[in-house]
Amino acid sequence: MSSNVLLFLATFLASAVEAVEALTIVLAVGVVRGWRSTLLGVGAAAVVLAAIVAALGPALRLIPISTLRLVVGALLLTFGLQWLRKAILRAGGYKSLHDEAAAFTSGRAEAGSAAAPGGRMDWYSFTVAFKGVLLEGLEVAFIVVGFGSTQGKLGLAAGAAAAAVVLVVAVGVAVRGPLERVPENTLKFVVGVLLTSFGIFWGGEGAGVEWPGSDLAILALAGFVALVSVLLTQGLRRRRQPLRAAEARA
Amino acid sequence: MSYVVAFARFWWNFIVGDDWRVAAGLAVAFAGTWVLTHHGITAWWLLPLAVFLLLVGSVVRQARNGG
Repeated sequence: MSSNVLLFLATFLASAVEAVEALTIVLAVGVVRGWRSTLLGVGAAAVVLAAIVAALGPALRLIPISTLRLVVGALLLTFGLQWLRKAILRAGGYKSLHDEAAAFTSGRAEAGSAAAPGGRMDWYSFTVAFKGVLLEGLEVAFIVVGFGSTQGKLGLAAGAAAAAVVLVVAVGVAVRGPLERVPENTLKFVVGVLLTSFGIFWGGEGAGVEWPGSDLAILALAGFVALVSVLLTQGLRRRRQPLRAAEARA
Repeated sequence: MSYVVAFARFWWNFIVGDDWRVAAGLAVAFAGTWVLTHHGITAWWLLPLAVFLLLVGSVVRQARNGG
């Protein structure tokens, strides 16, 4: 039960973060260059993503479950630690916060300065939208396939991702602008903790570990990873304050 | 050739990211866990310990380099 809730939460939040980033790119290009080619790029990326997931899904059934858990766990752990490290550095003041409003403005300026479409098809809009949706979507596809296949709950993981994408797109269309109010770094922090915890758990099981407390170990691992991350963030903030004071005096 | 390099670079960035030491450390930790468990030794503690050391090391290293 608890692992199902955590699985849904992790997939939903990770997908929401990626969807916000993809939507920011699509909105910036669509607003400036027009929607036809932009939406064709989005559609083409969706078809490629669906083909990747359709090819990966059946192929995964041929791999022994312990090998699958080891590989997926290791991948989730590397993704999770990348997200977590960046979120800690941002929260600690060592890295600037990812600002969706600034990303939207710079994307819009870039799209505006690119050569104007010569024919009916605007390949600039198509390519930028295709690349943005494919790259962000690929990360979601890996998380969905990874989470779904190791626990045999592909439907739950896919449903969580779909719900996140629908919610983000609905809000994005309603406000017709970047979703700068989404606390992206907090989401990345939470997702980083969840991906890292699941990565340790499944990777460990794949390597032959028998966790004390069985599935409940995921909760203990999430608590441990969250505690380490919060303490690291606080340590960075304390170290940053004297540095800022010294910079201000200089 | 440049397409092959770009393709390889994409997957390297996608999986390994900007700190290869973390990925290398995880590979060692997984190998160590596998060896211990296949010799009948309890090894559930190894991965959390490795994650702790790798995360602290990576964050401190990047903070020293200015983020």
